[in-house]
Amino acid sequence: MTDKNWPLYEVFIRAKSGLSHRHAGSVHAADDEMALNHARDVYTRRNEGVSIWVVRSSEIVASDPAESAALFEPAKDKIYRHPTFYEIPEGVENL
Amino acid sequence: MNNEQALFKYVVRLGDNALVLAQRLIEIVADGPELEEELANANFSLDYLGQARMFYSYAGEIEGEGRKEDDFAFRRPDREFENVLLVEQPNGHFGDVIVRSVLFDVFYLLQLEALSACSDDRLAEISLKTAKEIRYHLRYGSQWLIRLGDGTEESHGRVQDSLDQLWRFTGELFDGDETDELVLAGFVGPDLDKLQAAWTGAVAAIVEEATLALPEDQWMAGGGRDGLHSEDFGYLIADMQHLQRAYPGLNW
Repeated sequence: MTDKNWPLYEVFIRAKSGLSHRHAGSVHAADDEMALNHARDVYTRRNEGVSIWVVRSSEIVASDPAESAALFEPAKDKIYRHPTFYEIPEGVENL
Repeated sequence: MNNEQALFKYVVRLGDNALVLAQRLIEIVADGPELEEELANANFSLDYLGQARMFYSYAGEIEGEGRKEDDFAFRRPDREFENVLLVEQPNGHFGDVIVRSVLFDVFYLLQLEALSACSDDRLAEISLKTAKEIRYHLRYGSQWLIRLGDGTEESHGRVQDSLDQLWRFTGELFDGDETDELVLAGFVGPDLDKLQAAWTGAVAAIVEEATLALPEDQWMAGGGRDGLHSEDFGYLIADMQHLQRAYPGLNW
């Protein structure tokens, strides 16, 4: 018995055709194929999905929280970049 | 035995295989080696349970004597269960569970695929739906078997041992009797010779990819389909039925 843990995978589920994949959570798995199985068993048991992506968590490049001020605060006062001033036509979903 | 009686017996046997395997897998719920495996096992168990319910309900309709799914599951003595011995084998370790599942699911999937094209519409419909579930079970089980066989020296040795131990229960899968013949002739049911050829090829391919050795031809156990079970089966059924036996007709 070794104490080596399986690598962690992030799971993304597409709820239905036309929508984008959304992060659903994570699973541990021995390899890529098993990660798909596990994601299916853990996250689509209640008919949540039509497609699954899994990616090793270690392969994700993430922003550094310490840099969040530099990265994100400049956008806070640029209200003119929001589409708030447009009217959304009726019947448009998933915008 | 006429065709209808044969169909009834055949459908009950399908239910028995599914229910007994479901019960075996339920025994290891909350005992999974990883959370992910735990959920997979519980899902599989519930799949088999759902299949047993469909088969038993339909068997009750064919029989026409008012028996419901619970009557088949909880109110029959062990001698009336005609599941194959393979599915009642004790769980053992994780590798044993995987090998048992793969050996059975390869057979079960072939059987269901053949039944999907049989001339009894209800049975064909149930089989078509069930085959989708088993296709995933088999994908999962065979991928695990390949990884265990082709894994470490220890995992390889253990699953080879599981395969050697369980092999003697595979002959019974193809040991047809009058029921199988009548369902084949009367409803275009599965041809066991063809199933055996396909099973042997499919299992050999998985075993080879898992770098394991196929067990040699040997004496094969039988009797499950005549209601003659192993000692372990008595405990399984006692556990499964005790509530209905202690409080007959108890409901949620």
